[in-house]
Amino acid sequence: MSAAPLLETRALCRSFGALAAARDIDFQLEAGARHALIGPNGAGKTTFINLLTGVVRPTAGVILMNGRDITGVPEALRVKLGIARTFQINRLFRQLSVLENVYISVAERTGVAPSMLRPAGRRGDVVEESMALLDSLKLTADAARRVSELPYGRQRLVEIAIALGLRPRVLLLDEPAAGVPSAESHIILDAVDRLPREIAVLIIDHDMDLVFRFAQRITVLVSGAVFASGSPREIGANPDVRAVYLGQAARG
Amino acid sequence: MTSPPGGWADHAAARALASRHRLRAWEPIPWLLALAFYFAFPKYLGFGTEVLVTILFALSLDLVLGYAGIVTLGHAAFFGAGAYTVGMLAKHGIWNEPITGLILAALVAALVGLGSGMVLLRTQGLTLLMLTLCTMALLEEAANLAHVYTGGFDGLDSLPIAPLLGRFEFNPLYPRTQYLYVLSVLLVCFVFVRTLVYSPFGQSLTGIRENILRMHAVGAPVRRRLVVCYVLSAAIAGIAGGIWAQANAYVNLGTLGLDRAATVLIILVLGGHGRLYGAFVGAIAYMALSHFLSKIYPTAWQLGLGLLLVVIALFAKNGILGIIEAAARGRRAPRAT
Repeated sequence: MSAAPLLETRALCRSFGALAAARDIDFQLEAGARHALIGPNGAGKTTFINLLTGVVRPTAGVILMNGRDITGVPEALRVKLGIARTFQINRLFRQLSVLENVYISVAERTGVAPSMLRPAGRRGDVVEESMALLDSLKLTADAARRVSELPYGRQRLVEIAIALGLRPRVLLLDEPAAGVPSAESHIILDAVDRLPREIAVLIIDHDMDLVFRFAQRITVLVSGAVFASGSPREIGANPDVRAVYLGQAARG
Repeated sequence: MTSPPGGWADHAAARALASRHRLRAWEPIPWLLALAFYFAFPKYLGFGTEVLVTILFALSLDLVLGYAGIVTLGHAAFFGAGAYTVGMLAKHGIWNEPITGLILAALVAALVGLGSGMVLLRTQGLTLLMLTLCTMALLEEAANLAHVYTGGFDGLDSLPIAPLLGRFEFNPLYPRTQYLYVLSVLLVCFVFVRTLVYSPFGQSLTGIRENILRMHAVGAPVRRRLVVCYVLSAAIAGIAGGIWAQANAYVNLGTLGLDRAATVLIILVLGGHGRLYGAFVGAIAYMALSHFLSKIYPTAWQLGLGLLLVVIALFAKNGILGIIEAAARGRRAPRAT
């Protein structure tokens, strides 16, 4: 039994020219955690996710998973290690059905994807798992529809479903409710609430209702650096955080 | 949540996925028509053979362009590689058996696809388009310079191709053997491509086409998939080129040229890309139209084709098949709801 956290960064830095998008970020995500990352626009939240998933390489610092250095591990292999993400702006397979969207992800994880000679629809195991996953997100009624025809809120759910198809140990949700009309946002909140407990979830969001309801721990990022970190109560009561970020709408 | 007792196989989405690869009732019709053409128009078998080869070539392009979303303007590189493989081996007395000749043509074209694909497929969009064009131009110039082997600008003619299966002569004046031979090879290649696009591999290719960044994010080895697809497509294009050389007993620089690469792209867009049968519809429409237009307006027939393409590009992004599909959906919709 190692005491190392599931995912950890030490002094993680990334600069884009003169802009330091990530500055000495020390961060820990425990197994099964519910962790929120908040901060004003341009604070480097999405850059941090890109660093964790390997889309962007750090200029300095290390990323550890279960104590093992994965800083140099490429994106595709990090997915195999159990790091999955969703995107702030939908990245779906728009011309395909909802089922096919999830199928692609499940087929990739189970190693079915390279097979060329059997029809995709005959892989009953992949179809069953994909449908069960859609069922858990209450999406089966839309499974046959082309994903681009769905209302935006339900497209956001497909975004989550694709990530869950990878059976991640760490799930990074980049503003899951972004762009969703408030009348529909509850379906996203419900889905986030019902995520399997064993998955460690890091969520970025501007919706303070969601963040304070969901998170056991909150990290505040400002100008690429960790500004504060603690329980929702500590963050809510932190006067500095209230000043820079929560503003008038702060709650304790 | 519990899944239904019999599993999800009966759900509409699962059924749609499980049935999309099944043979549709109309699918034998084009093949029967092709066979009927053989008996009905013995005088047009030369033209018919040319159309079938073009369909095969367009089919290979559909795999990379229509399914994987690789935009290329240099696909004739593989057609030419196959054609010159057959032509040079036959002309220099090394190998002239047709079927094994096609296999060699496929292998050489696949190697060219592997070599160029591993470099080119690191890029996307306009860069990729230009690089495919450059690769083809390099090959064309190489074939021009190596005239000792390739015949240079004049090409290689009167290729001594052995009779098919040791029995059926390729007679350039009465291309009956050629027609049935090309039709059979087209059928085999079509079954292969059809199987491929409905497989999980084919599904992942459409995933790359629809959203390459998401494919990276689900852990797919995107570049490897693209290279595999590119190599398979190159092999089929090589077969098309090889069989063209065999059928005409002739190979020239035109097999490697931009003209051929652009024409096949136009054909696929005209018929509808990413649809398997778009290659058939496009090739027949394009070649029949140019055949008749050039008879009516010998000097300005390409103007008619150009206008048609403008109309297709503006109003029917999915080509002729797209129009038919939309019409079929429109007729079915009132009943479905």
